[in-house]
Formats: sequence, C-alpha cells, structure tokens
Amino acid sequence: MDLSAYPHAVAMSAKEFVDWSTNVMDDIARSSGAKRTLDKVAGPLFNWGMRNAIYPLHFGIACCALEMAAASGPRFDTERYGMVFRSSPRQCDVLLVNGWVTNKLRPALRRLYEEMPDPKWVVAMGECAISGGPWYDSYNVVQGVDTFIPVDIYIPGCPPRPEAMIDGFLRLHQKIKVSKLGGFMDD
Amino acid sequence: MEETVTYTIDQVKSKIASAFPTEVKFEDKVRPRRLFMSANKDALLKLCTMLKDELGFDHCSCVSGVDRCDRFQSVYHICSCSSNITLEIVVDLPHDNPEVDSVTPLWGGANWHEREAFDMFGIIYKGHPRLERLLLPADYTFFPMRKDCETGRK
Repeated sequence: MDLSAYPHAVAMSAKEFVDWSTNVMDDIARSSGAKRTLDKVAGPLFNWGMRNAIYPLHFGIACCALEMAAASGPRFDTERYGMVFRSSPRQCDVLLVNGWVTNKLRPALRRLYEEMPDPKWVVAMGECAISGGPWYDSYNVVQGVDTFIPVDIYIPGCPPRPEAMIDGFLRLHQKIKVSKLGGFMDD
Repeated sequence: MEETVTYTIDQVKSKIASAFPTEVKFEDKVRPRRLFMSANKDALLKLCTMLKDELGFDHCSCVSGVDRCDRFQSVYHICSCSSNITLEIVVDLPHDNPEVDSVTPLWGGANWHEREAFDMFGIIYKGHPRLERLLLPADYTFFPMRKDCETGRK
C-alpha cells in the first residue's frame, strides 16, 4: 500500500484517523473488487431485509388512521409484510401520512420527517394527504403533503381500504427493489 | 342557593322579566324545557350573574357566534341541572365593533367556547382571561367564518 497518498498517516486527530481509515478501507474494497463481489452476494440480501422490515411511523391524523389500525389488526395483519408500527421516528423507515394536514400541524410533521434516519420513504394515504381532498381550497389545510415533503407512494381513496393500503406498501416494496439500495458502504 | 331548589320555566321567565323589563326580550318559540330570549349586550353580564347566583343555572354548555352580515350575534346556551331547563340567549353586536362582556368568570366552561368564537368571528370578549387563537395558528390575521372573509389561495 502506498502511504504517500495519506501524508498525515503518522500524527492525526481521532476524527482524522476515522476519516483516513475509512478512506483506506473504501479504497481497498473498491480497487480490489471486493465491493463488487460483496454487492453481488449481499446486496440483494440487504435489500430483501430492508423492504421486508419497513417500519411505518405510528402517527394517526384522521379517519385513514382507522384503516391503518384495521390493516394492522388480525384480519389483514400487516406484520406479515414486516410492517411494524413504531412510535418513535428514530426507529422508522416510512412516514405514513393518513389525513389532512393543517397549517398548524405542518411544521410538526416536517420535523418528524427530518427526525427519521435514512433511508426513508413517505406514503401519502387518502385524498386529504394527496391533494387536500374535501378540504380543497381551504384556509387552513395544506393542499397535499407533497408541497413540503417528497412523497414516494400515493394511495388514493377516501379512506382507502386496508387492501389498498397493503397494495401501496407492496408497490413501495417494488420501488425499494428496483432502487438497488443495500449496497456495501453506499451511505 | 341550595341545590334542591327547582324552578319551572314560567317562574324563571317571570323573574327575568321583572329584573330586566326592557333589556331582555322573550321569543314566542315554545319547546319543552327550553326558553328563548334576546338580551341587550350591556345587560348580559348582570343577567348571567343573576341566572347563576339566584336561579341556579350552573352550566354554560355552549357559546357560539353568528355572522348576520349587518351584525354579529353571540349565542349562549345556559343550563340548570337542578331545574332541567336550557336558556338560549342571543346577543346582538354591532358589526364594526363586536365587543361583549365575557361570562368566563361565572362559568369556567365558557373559556374555550369564547376563544373559539373569537378565533372564527373576531368577537372580543371583554374580561376573558386569555383571549388568544385557539384552533388556528397564532399568526393568522383574518377571521375565517366571517361572511366577508375571502378564504383559499387559488
């Protein structure tokens, strides 16, 4: 290994050492082809684990939240698809917006979105979250969540039935699958 | 007053009529256990004090606003649990200066009702402990339920 590419290898701070060692390992993995091999072998596995354990945030706003509750109940049982509703945004992958968003709620919802760790997705469920729905042109309802949060999946309906919600999440599975997420050292 | 004292609708009506001969006008509508009246806005607080202290009306179940375009109305529904009577008091307020005395010092339950009426109609309740926006964000500058309010952004 050519240490002249790393001139501070002898004396450096802790942060510099972490950066340096990370770069060294990255260089080795990329130049030797180990990353390509690992991605070939482990990438699909990581991607499979990622899309089969998407944890939505347990954040109910309006009547769509009842459909969300019905979907997580024993009849539809979304835990079959790895959807476990978590109460902290730090533990979540999906922000499920299920209801109208008032101007008063908007900064709090944006903050919840910012608090979720990457990779994260947003699902807009129901007419209100998609476009304002019955509250079109209202003085206090945000006209669609996509005006302030990037939305991946839209589930139409007023409210959508649990089957529609499950279908939306299976489409999110497809989206994660084709996005090739889960590569080695890709963050 | 004792909890056990009960009044009939006619007794309540005659007591109010003798205490406020000109300020309170009764309406002809007759419903079981209901009494409808409109009151002068300056006499409202005295009327409500009498209702609470002498006639045992212990519950203010609703305060709401109405925009009649030429005037505002503040509508009070006041109940007596012992006499089983509900009064509906309508107070007319001028459109350019909708101010009326707050009844929150008498019935704490009127607090959020009056704040909501302020929020939606801009009716000022004088003497309210905390007359701020209740449902809408605090930086809103309009009152959405007024008839002349242009809502929407498109």
